[in-house]
Amino acid sequence: MTATSAEPTRRDFLYIATGTVGAIGAAATLVPLVSQMNPDAGTIAAGAPIEVDLGPIQEGQVVKVFWRGKPIFINHRTKKEIEEAKGVNVASLPDPQPDSARVKQGKDQWQVLIGICTHLGCIPIAHSGSYNGYFCPCHGSVYDTSGRIRSGPAPTNLPLPPYEFLSDTKIRIG
Amino acid sequence: MSGHQTYQPQNAFMKWMERRLPIGGLIYSSFVVYPTPRNLNYWWTFGGILSFMLAAQIVTGIVLAMHYTPHVDHAFNSVEHIMRDVNYGWLIRYLHANGASMFFLAVYIHMFRGMYYGSYKEPREVLWILGVILYLLMMATGFMGYVLPWGQMSFWAATVITNLFSAIPVVGEAIVSWLWGGYAVGNPTLNRFYSLHYLLPFVIAGVVVLHVWALHVVGQNNPTGIDPKSDKDTVAFTPYATIKDAFGLSCFLLLFAWFVFYMPNYLGHADNYIPANPAVTPTHIVPEWYYLPFYAILRAIPDKLGGVIALGASIVILAFLPWLDTSRVRSANYRPLYRQFFWIFVAVCIGLGWLGAKPAEGGYVIAARILTIYYFAHFIIILPLLGWIEKTKPLPNSISESILAPGKAGG
Repeated sequence: MTATSAEPTRRDFLYIATGTVGAIGAAATLVPLVSQMNPDAGTIAAGAPIEVDLGPIQEGQVVKVFWRGKPIFINHRTKKEIEEAKGVNVASLPDPQPDSARVKQGKDQWQVLIGICTHLGCIPIAHSGSYNGYFCPCHGSVYDTSGRIRSGPAPTNLPLPPYEFLSDTKIRIG
Repeated sequence: MSGHQTYQPQNAFMKWMERRLPIGGLIYSSFVVYPTPRNLNYWWTFGGILSFMLAAQIVTGIVLAMHYTPHVDHAFNSVEHIMRDVNYGWLIRYLHANGASMFFLAVYIHMFRGMYYGSYKEPREVLWILGVILYLLMMATGFMGYVLPWGQMSFWAATVITNLFSAIPVVGEAIVSWLWGGYAVGNPTLNRFYSLHYLLPFVIAGVVVLHVWALHVVGQNNPTGIDPKSDKDTVAFTPYATIKDAFGLSCFLLLFAWFVFYMPNYLGHADNYIPANPAVTPTHIVPEWYYLPFYAILRAIPDKLGGVIALGASIVILAFLPWLDTSRVRSANYRPLYRQFFWIFVAVCIGLGWLGAKPAEGGYVIAARILTIYYFAHFIIILPLLGWIEKTKPLPNSISESILAPGKAGG
């Protein structure tokens, strides 16, 4: 090898410069092409918080409302359901969580959760399954009256949406 | 192969053309004088059948796209509009919907034929892997097409399948939201599935070209699994293979027509004639029949991520088949043990399919677990070991000897 051939030439510089600019350009072009698939401005705007009046919901009744295209279950739990939810050895659960962490303090009767099975996204059926909580018909996941996973392929408890009590009978979800 | 004459254009236009774009010569050498093994049986007609089904799906699909509306408020009604109002719309849609099933039926026979006769072995590994890619593309296309009518099964199939990606740690939820274009399956999802369902068949057509190219480089396998050695072992593609493919295709199309005209909804689900309802999941959801074995594998694993990995692995493992099968003998005709294990494997796949349609409870789950274990054991234990312990039958000296010799081996 001669000294001249080892030295960078103008052609080497052009190869590297062209390749670099091309690679950066290709990567930059990918950004909008990938980003356009994400939720658009209209979808995000339509995902604004909603208010729900709890007044008409009877004890023992489960009401479904939609927020961001997801069904939200509002369960006005009975005394028996609350006791069942509380009377569980938390350590024995697949996804350990006490019932108190899944309701707002002092509002034990109101349980608000996202009614989407954490396995593959089906809608569980309320007041069914061996724990009288929720049962997913797709692949047989069973949740208790607190929405905690008890058996079946679902990995975690039914998730809770962000929500707060505006008054004793009104909540805002989102 | 020597001895086959080269293309000599007869008329003036083809002579003019041949000097500028030698497409006549390409067709002549690939589909007229191309030497095919003389002992090919009817299991070898499914490549041609699959090519026909791809073309048929593209033609009927383009027609359906002229009448279909990809919007959550109109999709279901536009499909009913096709069924009731569009001239022959019922026929074209039933051809397309049943055509998908026939396409998968043909591809499964084609794949099992490749497994029986060892068509994936050296030097056909790339040909086989291209086939696995085609199969994956078919699965994606079929799934997205099933979503388009926007019935209950469409919607919940879209939900369940896209949620498979939520099993991916950390980024899973972001990927699912990206796939949906929203917080749940909705109009953006339907729109993009429609776009991709239109695109993917043409990607499939492109990979088919590579598949056929690779085939024509290495040559066709045959029931003996030994390579043609002389002109006595082969016949010209036209007329021999052409007419055999055409006859096989005609018989296959009779079966297709029987489904289309006499039981067009037999392979579908009645629930898909209910418009999509995001608030209610049908109590018994199952995928189309051609995905059932994989669905059974998914449900057999009592862990979300594990189930998804098993589902993916059950398909990806096919690509490694050329290296998992350690036997040097290709055809099962000369592999007495493999032949038995092959049929057990076929039975296991059908059994998984049957279990995939059953509810995920009790004995069904246990059976699905046993068959899932066997499915993987076939690839990673049985096939590698068989190559070592199996005593294969003697191979014939040539293809023509295997046919013409009185006491032919294998059979």
